[in-house]
Amino acid sequence: MKPAPFDYVRAGSVAEAVGLLAAHEGAKLLAGGQSLLPALNFRLSAPGLLVDIGRIADLRRIDVTATMLRIGAGCTHAMLLDAPEIAAHAPLIATALAHVAHPAIRSRGTIGGSLANADPAAELPACMLALDATIIAEGQAGARRIAAADFFTGLFETALEPGEILTAVEIPLVPGRRHGFAELARRHGDYALVGLAAAAEGEAVRLGFFAVGHAALRAPAAERALADGAAGIEAACAALAEDLPAHADPEISAPVRLHLARVLLRRVMKECLAP
Amino acid sequence: MTAISLIVNGERVEAEVPARLHLADFLRERLGLTGTHLGCEHGVCGACTVRLDGAIVRGCLVLAVQAEGCVVETIEGVSDSGELADLQEAFWRRNALQCGYCTPGMMLAAADFLAHAPDPTDRAAIRAHLSGNYCRCTGYEAIVDAVEATARARRAA
Repeated sequence: MKPAPFDYVRAGSVAEAVGLLAAHEGAKLLAGGQSLLPALNFRLSAPGLLVDIGRIADLRRIDVTATMLRIGAGCTHAMLLDAPEIAAHAPLIATALAHVAHPAIRSRGTIGGSLANADPAAELPACMLALDATIIAEGQAGARRIAAADFFTGLFETALEPGEILTAVEIPLVPGRRHGFAELARRHGDYALVGLAAAAEGEAVRLGFFAVGHAALRAPAAERALADGAAGIEAACAALAEDLPAHADPEISAPVRLHLARVLLRRVMKECLAP
Repeated sequence: MTAISLIVNGERVEAEVPARLHLADFLRERLGLTGTHLGCEHGVCGACTVRLDGAIVRGCLVLAVQAEGCVVETIEGVSDSGELADLQEAFWRRNALQCGYCTPGMMLAAADFLAHAPDPTDRAAIRAHLSGNYCRCTGYEAIVDAVEATARARRAA
């Protein structure tokens, strides 16, 4: 369980890291390393070069403007759990992070790493969907903005192009936004069997489900049912059959997964989103 | 090979390491600090827990080259300093270890909890904090007892 040999370079800036990725085919970014190092140790991945972006100060900033919360991709889960800006403007993220792995992993793992890795059972991609976040990516052609809804394209797949670096996420500031979060896992810190991150703005609710298929996904039919106050939560639960793929894995069958997704939807709506 | 310089248990260490060497192997094989154990080597078991710049980390999920310029503390360091003497005594009194393989990592995770938890006597919180450290001998109950007892004794002191 030792990685194959690779070269290592610590990038001092995003521009330097972009240049290194362009110059070395097969180079991989190393941020917190909490998903990459297990993959290297298993030899599931054998890059020729690791470009360490873990010490780029610009990536470890949290900024609040008049309209948005901007989180640098290099912020660790532990930093975000402690950050007053997150507690004030996006408490959903802190609630979710308490479910992410364990303290010794949260002290290294980063938000950018989690989003770029796009594990279908990870919490943060679903939070980005619920919060209508924008992902910022930088490459040789400059920076571009990608809506979270367009970012998670499949199993460990994202809209990032080769050579691009996820540098930040931006979350719109919405006064009065409510949120809810729930997940079911066999043990604390395990990957979820089913999970739901939700945000409500007025009558509109965004549901970000995770561990329900190949990627975190929104549930538009259930969201429409919730927006129609008369239809109620049960109508939204029924609509989930339309939204969620029939996804079975060795842990649970598709019908059980759908049932549990409905349980979570009721919990999240009742406990966390009640006006 | 990459040159690294870091502080391990209070002493400056300089070494040339291959990039793929992880911190736990560096501590064990280069420095002879074999109190840091390796169980799974993919971040699941917690046996390799060490402190890096004051925060607990998985020694198997940090490369030695990433620890350049950092302060590393291992079970040897915190044992010698006496920082964990009461916790070690509580583990011994309550049979919170049998084979001892998980114990160094468990100690460092428990010490992190005792230092930072709002209520370190909260058993559910103790279990949550230690949930990333596997013990296959004790069934955890005695470990939770030992951490709670240490928290109560420190509060009373």
